[in-house]
Amino acid sequence: MNDGRFNGTDRYVATGDLAIAVNAAATLGRPLLVKGEPGTGKTMLAIEVARALDRPLIEWHIKSTTRAQQGLYEYDAVARLRDSQLGDARVHDIANYIVRGKLWEAFASDTQPVLLIDEIDKADIEFPNDLLLELDRMEFFVYETKETVRARTRPVVIITSNNEKELPDAFLRRCFFHYIRFPDADTMREIVDVHHPKLKKHLLERALEVFFEMREVPGLKKKPSTSELLDWIKLLVAEDIPPEALRSDDHKAILPPLYGALLKNEQDVHLFEQLLFLDRRRG
Amino acid sequence: MLVEFFLRLRDAGIPVSITEYLALLDALDRDVCGPDVEDFYHLSRAALVKDERHFDRFDLVFGAHFKGVEARFERVAGEVPLEWLRKLAEKHLTEEEKARVESLGGWEKLMETLRKRLEAQRGRHQGGSKWIGTAGTSPFGAYGYNPEGVRIGQDDSRHRHAVKVWDRREYRDFDDTVELGTRNLKVALRRLRQFAREGAEDELDLDGTIRSTARNAGLLDVRMVPERRNVVKVLLFLDVGGSMNDHVRRCEALFSAARTEFRHLEHFYFHNCLYESVWRDNRRRHAERIPTTEVLRTYGTDHKVIFVGDATMSPYEIAYPGGSVEHWNEEPGAVWMGRMLARYPHAVWLNPEPVRRWETTPSIDMLNKLMDGRMYPLTVAGIDRGVRELQR
Repeated sequence: MNDGRFNGTDRYVATGDLAIAVNAAATLGRPLLVKGEPGTGKTMLAIEVARALDRPLIEWHIKSTTRAQQGLYEYDAVARLRDSQLGDARVHDIANYIVRGKLWEAFASDTQPVLLIDEIDKADIEFPNDLLLELDRMEFFVYETKETVRARTRPVVIITSNNEKELPDAFLRRCFFHYIRFPDADTMREIVDVHHPKLKKHLLERALEVFFEMREVPGLKKKPSTSELLDWIKLLVAEDIPPEALRSDDHKAILPPLYGALLKNEQDVHLFEQLLFLDRRRG
Repeated sequence: MLVEFFLRLRDAGIPVSITEYLALLDALDRDVCGPDVEDFYHLSRAALVKDERHFDRFDLVFGAHFKGVEARFERVAGEVPLEWLRKLAEKHLTEEEKARVESLGGWEKLMETLRKRLEAQRGRHQGGSKWIGTAGTSPFGAYGYNPEGVRIGQDDSRHRHAVKVWDRREYRDFDDTVELGTRNLKVALRRLRQFAREGAEDELDLDGTIRSTARNAGLLDVRMVPERRNVVKVLLFLDVGGSMNDHVRRCEALFSAARTEFRHLEHFYFHNCLYESVWRDNRRRHAERIPTTEVLRTYGTDHKVIFVGDATMSPYEIAYPGGSVEHWNEEPGAVWMGRMLARYPHAVWLNPEPVRRWETTPSIDMLNKLMDGRMYPLTVAGIDRGVRELQR
């Protein structure tokens, strides 16, 4: 099944355009930048690509304080200082204090790895610029030991972004880009199928109905996303809620059971209650 | 052939570069996708477009450029089955709209005309009021304004071969000249952030500590620095009431986005044009007014000023004493605007009115001249440009 192409896995439904983007990036050895609504499976993509292609996965999660240098290596000057004061013999070799970063790990890997750079937009605005050359040539220079680290095989780099910052043009030009759209009802059914294969068909229909209706409600602060739907269905199955409880057609609508999995803030719950109230009065 | 496509994309304002073009050719060379237009569409989009805001524009160019080629891949007949159309249309129309269709002579007639036009029409069409295509006002076509319209070429259909992916234009909402949500605004405003170290020294300066410790022959010498903070200061002046009522939602979105983005944000309201006083609380606008001179005295010149207003009023309200619609003003609005701009060199005006109306509305033109052309539309792209201006 592994012919070096990615077509989704038994746990992940990849649409045709996503598969093409992944394969293009992997074939050309260029990074793939993935954007999309939160909860549409951006991070999962890298994990599943690694699984499908049977490659090791290296994850680098970015925070607002992460610097590009940390992905390459860090020189632990404090440890060396301490060792020198304690008279440790290790202190004479500076290489003992070079700590490898995720990018170095990926470059040093024997088999072509999948490198996930998660939420790149969280970092400082200059962060992507600092990685340009490293991602382009897949090599970098260690000043302390005067050695050049070169990738043995170009890793498949998958970068996710939540659009909090705009990424520099020079960086974008080197990437392939894919925007994960919110799945339509059919794709959604496939996704739920993959995650809950034994789900009663009736319950699924009802759950999806409620879910898509909920997304249509105007003014919701945070629309429920795929991952939230999956959580909700998991709960419904665990609690063994009958499909009838999700919706009664005689307009005596109530909040769906376990709605906490779908609506994540007070205002949204409140708004939803109000709409239901109006709906009931009209009905 | 692809060169032309590439140039067309650039003409459409999508920032594609040679590198990306070469990457696409490289990918084609290595058989990343099969001989299928849809695959090619996905591949070229992934390689050339790096921002979902440009997807819609890409779809349009792709559709226009490859219309001939696409016909070679699969021949889409000019005739659409009547049954299918009716089903599709019935699904989309409300009862009320259906009643209006009846008033036009009913389904049969509508479909008959549609069929005739389909036969007569060659090629893809957009805009206009007669032919079938997108964004027009004819009763036939997609995304139109005619309530009696029959929708063709939109989603909701799994007939993938009848409806081209790029014709579905699913990414319309992401075009930054259209959409404006709080989140987008925040991203646009975030550009204005400036970080500086200010205040108490409460953060360990690791590099400094190491440097001074080394210099101290290995004896620990701890160095501290102040935390980095966003130091941008913003004064926001919002026009309320009257003609601004149409734009309330967008202004609210802008306001709430600005609220969370800046620590130093002061907001004031005014009506139509800036005069000798402003207010902070809209419910008590007559009771609690703040003299504009007080604002000028209170906030330092390092504040950045953003006016939000449609600038749509009678020119007298700007140019003459006593021109205000609400009260008697001793000095014309233009004088107050001048004082404001002299004190705060970093200022922009965001206007929710569509740009095409700016030239024909004299008051907008006057204010734009007062602002030295620093008036921008209240869209994400406009705010982006405004913020750039403020940063200079």
